[in-house]
Amino acid sequence: MADTMTTQPTATADGPPEATVLAAAIEWRRTLGYGALGAATMAFIAMIGMYATFDNRLLIVPILSLGALVYFGVPLTMGYLAGAVKVVPGRPTRGHGPIDLAAGAIVGVLSSIGPLVVVALLSTDFNIRQTFPNMSPAQRELLLFGQSTGSGSLTLIGVTVVAAVLGAAFHLIHGKFRHAIVIGVETIVVLSLIELIMRNFLDNLGLTFLHRAVWVTNSGLRLIPAVLIFLLAAVLSYSLSGRGTQVKQKLTEQSQESRAKSAIAIAVGLVILVVAPMLVGSLVNELFVNVGLFLLMALGLNIVIGYAGMLHLGYVAFFAVGAYGTALLTSPLAPSFAFEMTWWVALPIVVVAATIAGLLIGAPVVGLRGDYLAIVTLGFGEIIRIGVLSDWWGPYFGGAQGVQQVPGVDFGFVEVRGVDPRAMFYVTAAFVIVAAYASWRLQHSRTGRSWAALREDETTAQVMGIDTAKAKLLAFVIGAIFASFAGSLFASKVGSVFPSSFDLLVSIIVLVVVIVGGMGHIPGVMVGAIVLIGVLGGPTQPGILQELGEYKLLIYGAILVYMMLEKPEGLVPSLARSRELHGEEAQQDAWFDKKGNLLEGGPPADGEAIRAGAVDGSPDDAKPTEEGER
Amino acid sequence: MTAILEVRDLKKIFGGVAALDGVDLHVDEREIVSVIGPNGAGKTSLFNVISGLFPPDGGTISFKGEDIAGLQPNQITERGLARTFQNVKLFPNLTVLENVMVGQHCRNKSGAWDAILQTPRFKREEKEIEEKAKDILSFFGTRLSGYRHNQPAFALSYANRRRLEIARAMATEPDLLLLDEPTAGMNPRETTELTELIGRLRSDRGFTVALIEHDMKLVGDVSDRVVVLDHGVKLIEGDYKTVSTDDAVIEAYLGRPADRDQEASA
Amino acid sequence: MSADVAPKPQAPARRSRRLTFVEGVLWVIRIGAILLITIGLIGSITKFIGGGGPSAEAWRDLIVAGFAQGSMYGLIALGYSMVYGVLGFINFAHGEVFMSGAMVGFFAANSLNQAGVWDSNPLLSLFIVLLVAMATSTLVAILVERVAYRRLRNSPRLIMLITSIGVSFFLQYAFAGLFGVNLRTYPALPPILSGRLDILGLSIQTRQALVIVVALVSMIALYQLVNRTKTGRALRAVAEDKEIAALMGINVDRTIVLTFAVGGAMAGIAGLLYAILFRGVFFFTGFLPGIKAFTAAVLGGIGNIPGAMFGGVLLGLFETLGPLVILDGLGIPGVSQLRDVVAFSALVLMLVFRPSGLLGERLGAEDRA
Repeated sequence: MADTMTTQPTATADGPPEATVLAAAIEWRRTLGYGALGAATMAFIAMIGMYATFDNRLLIVPILSLGALVYFGVPLTMGYLAGAVKVVPGRPTRGHGPIDLAAGAIVGVLSSIGPLVVVALLSTDFNIRQTFPNMSPAQRELLLFGQSTGSGSLTLIGVTVVAAVLGAAFHLIHGKFRHAIVIGVETIVVLSLIELIMRNFLDNLGLTFLHRAVWVTNSGLRLIPAVLIFLLAAVLSYSLSGRGTQVKQKLTEQSQESRAKSAIAIAVGLVILVVAPMLVGSLVNELFVNVGLFLLMALGLNIVIGYAGMLHLGYVAFFAVGAYGTALLTSPLAPSFAFEMTWWVALPIVVVAATIAGLLIGAPVVGLRGDYLAIVTLGFGEIIRIGVLSDWWGPYFGGAQGVQQVPGVDFGFVEVRGVDPRAMFYVTAAFVIVAAYASWRLQHSRTGRSWAALREDETTAQVMGIDTAKAKLLAFVIGAIFASFAGSLFASKVGSVFPSSFDLLVSIIVLVVVIVGGMGHIPGVMVGAIVLIGVLGGPTQPGILQELGEYKLLIYGAILVYMMLEKPEGLVPSLARSRELHGEEAQQDAWFDKKGNLLEGGPPADGEAIRAGAVDGSPDDAKPTEEGER
Repeated sequence: MTAILEVRDLKKIFGGVAALDGVDLHVDEREIVSVIGPNGAGKTSLFNVISGLFPPDGGTISFKGEDIAGLQPNQITERGLARTFQNVKLFPNLTVLENVMVGQHCRNKSGAWDAILQTPRFKREEKEIEEKAKDILSFFGTRLSGYRHNQPAFALSYANRRRLEIARAMATEPDLLLLDEPTAGMNPRETTELTELIGRLRSDRGFTVALIEHDMKLVGDVSDRVVVLDHGVKLIEGDYKTVSTDDAVIEAYLGRPADRDQEASA
Repeated sequence: MSADVAPKPQAPARRSRRLTFVEGVLWVIRIGAILLITIGLIGSITKFIGGGGPSAEAWRDLIVAGFAQGSMYGLIALGYSMVYGVLGFINFAHGEVFMSGAMVGFFAANSLNQAGVWDSNPLLSLFIVLLVAMATSTLVAILVERVAYRRLRNSPRLIMLITSIGVSFFLQYAFAGLFGVNLRTYPALPPILSGRLDILGLSIQTRQALVIVVALVSMIALYQLVNRTKTGRALRAVAEDKEIAALMGINVDRTIVLTFAVGGAMAGIAGLLYAILFRGVFFFTGFLPGIKAFTAAVLGGIGNIPGAMFGGVLLGLFETLGPLVILDGLGIPGVSQLRDVVAFSALVLMLVFRPSGLLGERLGAEDRA
């Protein structure tokens, strides 16, 4: 106990104590592990035919394709990870050194075994495509860089080793350089991916020549501009890095309070929202509309899962209520009876229907444990989908043929439909703004606090006087209403509804959007929708990376797992979710006075306060039993 | 004095074992009552049943003249009965202030529409909630005030978590506060501080308090009346002196009479 | 003070209890469900008495089919149940563990068929395919635990749950990427297994009898493993309380891996049984049986090993007979399309009526409450 008292104050005041640094050495277990992982990953990517498909998308014309990026990226990452050092305060740590490069080389050699096996399989007479239909001969060509088996294999090994060594070498260069290189690469990848948007944009601004100089139409960046952009981004990032962090710190410190800053941000956002669609073509606007529709759903699911903490997997049912409700009320071809209402008359009825759906699906599940809730909502979603397809309900909903000829959003002077994605986008954006505003207001209100309490600890929330069933139902209903907006707009945009548009996939993808962005945080959800739906696309809607096609859902699954393992708080986490521990508390309160002197009596005998008081500053210890006690 | 809480013949059976086997308990208005007893005597079970976490298997619980047995915990809290937990249960990722604001939930009315439309009622209520939360936290001196308002609850020390839990219970505007081992895990200095605080809960804020406690000094200092439970039945009740010298209590609680001196000096 | 003054005996005021909205809806669902089932039953029975129903042979076949499918669900349900018992979350990816066995088993069966062994030596072939399916599913289950769940063991449940959904999604599309999206059809069963069998004067399909027997034997073996061996004791201890089990010298990590392995092996067996019953498998095969098996686990009481089998058989019967016996009597057209709806409704109703299952839950100390 004595050493706890003497060392802790310095530890908490000056950050974690310096770890003892040992000489650099190869950690064999780690190295071999990452080598094996690299081999397995590369083999898997080759076997599902991803290299060949991704090779069609050029990032830098003509030398770097997306496929090549993935090819080099895997050993590079593995080499980097193998060299990474885990710093545990107070424990001796391995230092970095040239020996890391050796470890990287080992990882590279091991990784190359994966693709070599694939090459070997493809070289035999055995009809491998009977089992692995995506292992095409083109794949073999690519893996061997178009060379003969012998020299190609050597090139393959060489390239993999070089990539892995480069990855390992990352640890040896200064942090600022490392950062600059990463920024440079990111800039190039992003700029090459948004070629279409930039083409539209520059054409409309009369800067077509700029596009021609930098990009190749329907492809990526040209080589020389790419190199220049890389250098520019890297140099900028390098020279700004010192100041950058300062500015960032200042911003984060102030932004919590300063309303003016967020007002400016919102104003800029609105201007972009109005101007951007005018500068791009219909293809890109179509993309924007999809982002908007998914964002609308994500905002709704965010209330259910992000605010109230309920994993709702049948969320697509509410989207379907909105779409089918609108279709049945407005379409002249509605089965059984055509009301032929206008969109705006139908909308309130659809909202009422969504509310009822939310209550009906919500009521049986609000009393259930979290995981039961997830599977029952999933069951509800499926019941509705199968029901609509069946002979029983089918006649009322149009069965597999769905409902055709859904009119657009009627404004009197103009009817907005999917054929005019720009107008559609403005309508969608208006709904998104309403939903985002309502979410924001709700979050910082009595209702929002009751959801937060519910999410944190349901039993305690109830003991504190919160009617948990009511709070949960409210979250369900508001989520349902947002999704019904999206469904209603979707029906008008597409002009028809089919049961196949309301697959479980929609629920899952909306879930990924919410999680990747950051549960419970509106800007996070927005970023999630823009990045995921914009780049990868929805279940049936293409994103910028149209080439992804069949691998899209695989990537969604991988992203979901990765985020949960590495960044469960999301890319843009909310303050509450990323709160860090302040170490001074324990000093002030438990047995030190404010100056850190030991008070009479000493620490509590049972050691409970030491653990709970977060003296060691480890977040794991300080978050006691959030869920564990239930 | 009128009884604010009256428990009669309360029974609770867990898997064939009677945790409460016909307990009677009454708490009068503006009284401080301690419930003591050896581990496993059924003290926490008694609180859990009274606060509605488990429905009773027999007997009545009358609170302010109304039978509350079998109501949901939130309904009981709404009727003016708040509690804390033996193993502190805060909302760890909410701030100190937010924790207390959540406590006021059942005393306010504004709903989702008020929040979205920012009605005058909503704005007024939010302001009142925040002011009241700060006022309640100021009851604990500087411990939970100032910059602490915006700290997440998980960053608090153990003693402060206990204080915050009491603050959150106070925010529900209860007529009766049930404190389950408020000093567990506290050092002697903090215990002394809390003893004084419990006295002030009544004198300054007018609460009626029932508490479970193992610290006999605290029990002796604050209680008007002490109730001793053992094996799910009430052994005896009376003032601290009567109880602490009762042979049956000593035997149940301390084991052998020879232990008494040690316990008293501890 | 007033210690000795007996409080005035007063009758507590009658409390005003209003039915909450949620309770109201639950009651409507309960009463509605009972009404629908009763009306359906009456409708069907009158129809059957009038001679409109299926023949006695058709009934027999339906019931046996229900048993066979149900015992397959039961085997998958064991994986859900055991993992829930030990880690306290629904492993959504378990359906894909099952699918992986069925899928890779296909390639074994196909090569055996091409080599001619399938027809010449059917039982041996089936045994080899069984081993392949079990090995695959076990491997996938262990990998999933190692890569995804182990690092999250102390995370909130929501995180584990979402991870398992991600894993499930990833596995589905990884298999779609590796083996294509087309349905793979197992070679036809050899004649001795595709005929009928007379048991006690009852003529039933041999493959269905085989499925029931294999499932039952696996079940009993597992039950013995859990209740009679040291390993089983460790498993139960870990399910009850991981920390205390660790203090008692049990290797918790290894026991959890074992839980996944055993669950995976059972899913692998179920994969082969699925193939025997339905022949066609593809990357999405795991989804519906997965959810139904979970329903079975809930029906029998999660964490309860015999309960899983019981729940499986019950669900199998419900699913095969329900559309005909209940929905048909309600005058609903095309009832055979609604089998999955019946299964999902069973899940919803079960959780509304009795979430702890018919045979009771067996959960660890942390999961009760």
